[in-house]
Amino acid sequence: MSASNQSYDPVEVSILKPDEVDRMRAQALQAIAAAANLEELKRARLDHMADRSPLALANREIGALPPAARADAGKRVGAARKAVAQALQDRQAELEEERDRNALAQEAVDVTLPWDRAPRGARHPVTTMQERMTDVFVSMGFEVAEGPEVDAEWFNFDALNIPLDHPARSMQDTFWIAGQDGPDGSNQSGQSGQSGQSGQSGQSGMVLRTHTSPVQIRALLSRPLPVYVVSAGRTFRSDEFDATHSPVFHQMEGLAVDEGITMADLRGAIEAFVRGMFGEGLRTRFRPSYFPFTEPSAEVDMECFACRGASTDTGGRSCRTCDSAGWIELGGCGMVNPRVLVACGIDPDRYSGWAFGLGVERTLMFRHGVADMHDMVEGDVRFTLPFGMEI
Amino acid sequence: MRVPLSWLREHVELPADVTGRDLAARLIAAGLEVETVESAGHDLTGPLVVGRVLEIEELTGFKKPIRYCRVDVGNAEPQQIICGARNFAEGDRVVVALPGSELPGGFKIGARKTYGRMSEGMICSVAELGIGDDHSGILVLPGEPEIGADAIELLGARDDVLDIAVTPDRGYALSIRGVAREAAIAYGVPFHDPAEVKPPEETETSHPASIADPTACDRFVLREIRGFDPSAQTPMWMRVRLHRAGMRPVSLAVDVTNYLMLELGQPLHAFDRAKLTGEIVVRRARAGEKLETLDHVTRTLDPEDILITDASGPISMAGAMGGLATEIDEESTDIVIEAAHFDPVGIARTVRRHRLHSEASYRFERGVDRELPLRAAYRAAQLLVELGGAEFVPGVTHAEAPAEQTVITIPADHPDRVAGVRYGRDTVVRRLTDIGCTVAGDDELTVTPPSWRPDLVDPNDLAEEVIRLEGYENIPARPPRPVAGQGLTADQRRRRRVGRALAAAGYVEALTFPFTSGKDLDDLQLPADDGRRRTLRVANPMSEDEPLLRTTLLPGLLKALARNAGRGCGDVGLFEMGLVFRPRPDAPAQAPRLAVDRGPAPEEIASVNAALPDQPLRVAVVLAGEREPAGWWGQGRPASWADAIEAARTVARETGAELTVAADRHAPWHPGRCAALYVGDTLVGHAGELHPRVIAAYGLPPRTSAMELELSRLAPPAPVRAPHVSTYPPATQDVAVVVDAARPAAEVEAALREGAGELLESIRLFDVYTGEQIGEGRKSLAFTLRFRAPDRTLTAEEAGAARDAAVAAAAERTGAVLRSG
Ligand SMILES: [Zn+2]
Repeated sequence: MSASNQSYDPVEVSILKPDEVDRMRAQALQAIAAAANLEELKRARLDHMADRSPLALANREIGALPPAARADAGKRVGAARKAVAQALQDRQAELEEERDRNALAQEAVDVTLPWDRAPRGARHPVTTMQERMTDVFVSMGFEVAEGPEVDAEWFNFDALNIPLDHPARSMQDTFWIAGQDGPDGSNQSGQSGQSGQSGQSGQSGMVLRTHTSPVQIRALLSRPLPVYVVSAGRTFRSDEFDATHSPVFHQMEGLAVDEGITMADLRGAIEAFVRGMFGEGLRTRFRPSYFPFTEPSAEVDMECFACRGASTDTGGRSCRTCDSAGWIELGGCGMVNPRVLVACGIDPDRYSGWAFGLGVERTLMFRHGVADMHDMVEGDVRFTLPFGMEI
Repeated sequence: MRVPLSWLREHVELPADVTGRDLAARLIAAGLEVETVESAGHDLTGPLVVGRVLEIEELTGFKKPIRYCRVDVGNAEPQQIICGARNFAEGDRVVVALPGSELPGGFKIGARKTYGRMSEGMICSVAELGIGDDHSGILVLPGEPEIGADAIELLGARDDVLDIAVTPDRGYALSIRGVAREAAIAYGVPFHDPAEVKPPEETETSHPASIADPTACDRFVLREIRGFDPSAQTPMWMRVRLHRAGMRPVSLAVDVTNYLMLELGQPLHAFDRAKLTGEIVVRRARAGEKLETLDHVTRTLDPEDILITDASGPISMAGAMGGLATEIDEESTDIVIEAAHFDPVGIARTVRRHRLHSEASYRFERGVDRELPLRAAYRAAQLLVELGGAEFVPGVTHAEAPAEQTVITIPADHPDRVAGVRYGRDTVVRRLTDIGCTVAGDDELTVTPPSWRPDLVDPNDLAEEVIRLEGYENIPARPPRPVAGQGLTADQRRRRRVGRALAAAGYVEALTFPFTSGKDLDDLQLPADDGRRRTLRVANPMSEDEPLLRTTLLPGLLKALARNAGRGCGDVGLFEMGLVFRPRPDAPAQAPRLAVDRGPAPEEIASVNAALPDQPLRVAVVLAGEREPAGWWGQGRPASWADAIEAARTVARETGAELTVAADRHAPWHPGRCAALYVGDTLVGHAGELHPRVIAAYGLPPRTSAMELELSRLAPPAPVRAPHVSTYPPATQDVAVVVDAARPAAEVEAALREGAGELLESIRLFDVYTGEQIGEGRKSLAFTLRFRAPDRTLTAEEAGAARDAAVAAAAERTGAVLRSG
């Protein structure tokens, strides 16, 4: 290292010669580029940027140059050092990135390995379908009414204008309650098996409810008017058990009793229900029918949501949802029979109402393609799991 | 009701191009539920002709006798035809399917060699022609139809048949007459009433008859014919119509009564006059009376049964089935025809008591036109004279009791107010007139329904008639007005949460049938005096094996679990939420039937409800197999009693309740692995591993565990009070205590908790240890106690003091000893 020397001939300070500076710069850049890892880069930094590196030494010699030459040499050395520093920084970043990449690559796992440690559960589609249906009505401001599954004949039949010995009573195949069996296995009412039932009435006056309609009666008797309720739940018919019928099934019913209610309100409510369940733009159709508890009565069809009626055209693709009928039978409805209102102590000259009911399982069958009723009652987890939490 | 279109056309002037399907669509829109439209004989192609059998040659040497026939079909040369049937003779007229014809079902007829001869066609049976069920022989045509005539036309072999499911209110549609009237209204074309016959004015009476009980019968008509030819055959057109309508031809006299019942809707009965003794009386049965009916069943009669009787006693179950003794037979020549109007409820009860359902009773129960008996009896006599060679006997017996005429008064705009549509008075009057009502008045209409519509009694019945005929499709949809509802109740929301929480915890919901049996209760190992053995019995159960209603959810769930295991899904957890049925020992034996002409009083409602069983809502869980499977991560974990109890906690959490657990012995659980579940002092259920005998009885995987809890016993959650969150650091202290091995950990924990005082933030059992260092019959329980103060950082002394207090309480209450080292 030389001290500054005013008389020093610049041409004699060889390491500050432009060629020499360029050479040192090139050498440093090459060493940096060649560093294969952070260790080698550290060495390259010591060799080419540290205090004893050629460029550092050269920088120190600048002071030895005559003033006229200093600026030129300073600029050259400075540029070289700056380029080397930049290269070091870039290469440092590059190598760190590479090191990290390698380290993370080392930690790689097979993310396709299964992790099915927690058991999977699901709710039954009949339950979630009931909730979904009732929620459409709840969103219109209806409340959910409930009632017992074993109910009195009076609630299940008489109050609904289904008198004893009327053919309407045999429209519904009824499970009759015979009476109590005691804890010691004795039959306390002296009835067992098929004795004591006439086919239209049991001696206990109780039945497994054949529809959710007795809940209507209970709602009308217990709630202040107007009444806007929906009820859903388990119902029973002593039907054959086959692919499309189960002796235990579920219904949902809506009921509105207020002043000035008309069939137009009924139709509007059903259209709102269809919109809520199946989406916009589906037409509905009423066909005259008969239910003892409504007068007038109707069967309701909705346009098939799958084919929207297109399958009925000759040459159209067939539709499994509606059997290419274009329409799906939705349920039954009508204007609450004034006799039902009377039996509930409601003035039929002032109040009128509508009622609408449909089958939950049937809806699952056409909306979700459930093919066999047995699947819905057997509790096979393979059937239920795909339905998850909501439907 | 099966309705052949050709029969209908006789009474309504339908446009010629109307098909069965067109008509079905119109009738459906009008309220008749046409279930199917059957095209009968449309796949039948001729030539099908009337032939006369000229000569029969019996062929022998085959497995069965075969006839080789020469049949004149109106051609120059007779046809040679092989025939296997034997019920015909030379000279009979038969139906011949000539080569080139095709019978229903795609059966092509050709000339072919068979039994060594050339057969040029086929002689047909009614079944082969699709106009009857009889396969036993070929059809021998009655009368003398022209040889060579087109048999398809002659027999009415092509027709559309509508099958209508008639609702109970529309009894009038159980007849060609009723359906024809609806068809005429639907198309706006003339209707010709088949009941529009004018019996002659007669003063003399027929066989004597009277009505003894006017509540049983309000019209009873008898008419006679004599000299009937018992061998007279029912004409083909009538046989084909009966067949199309679903009835089997029997004999001319029976066929005529059936035919008129189908056409008019009036059931008729025919007595052999020679077998009657004295006056016929319509009355109720007397105690001890018996009657042998046509089906050869001797019936002991009930005093409520409506009977037709004569001097000999009962001779017929009114409106349901005739008696054997007075039946017409193959020798009857003098016939008494009965046409009556019976009380629908009386007939319904008789029929139900004796399980005697018939086409006649079906109609009487649904209401028959009271104006028909005179006309129907007259038509029956006419037909028997015309077709059976009988002699018309002038005179008719007509007994009747006064019947009340229904008159309904409605505001002229009543249908408008029901439908929400403006029809206007004129439309209302026109539509009511269409269906046969007599209407008077302007703003207030006085409506007299026609005799064939006994179902019309209320204003809304009339409204429905107007609305359906004006078209249900014309009712507009009025968008729902918003209603001020309160949404779901707290209890309803809680139920949904419980379902979601159990599903999230890995349980799959099942909805099992609520039927059970004494065997189930035995299989659950329930003691004899267990309350769950008090059950309700179903009188007509789905299966005699399961006649009881469930008092616990477990049997259904256990069977579902076994089913899953049997299908290869043994690692399974199921849950169900549903009602159980717990009859009250003090309940009245019968739920009263209240009046329906007024609202019931509160105590009347209470009297009905008092008979009903308690129906609490329960939730249950069953599980078996691996709760967590083994995998590449290591060992799995079997489902256990602890999972079952945890499921109860999951349920309780959703109700905001803190569950406490105590050891218990309770069927169907393992006596050493059964927990009673409490909320406060209320027992809400049980959980644990099932008793091995229960597991064996249901064929369950080993160690199957279960929980059942009565949701109805859990109060809906109270609103949560927000906790104060301290920002000071906690002080944690671990403590191990040794107790008697039988001492429940929960008791030790409760004692520690109470002793620790207010500073305790949480306590957690983290280890249970038994071993030599602890000593025989002892166990060590290790807890982490976490202390925190709301207002300061606790000192080590404070935390230590709280810990010591906790241990002291545990020592005092449970004999716990602080474990040294
Ligand atoms: Zn479709």
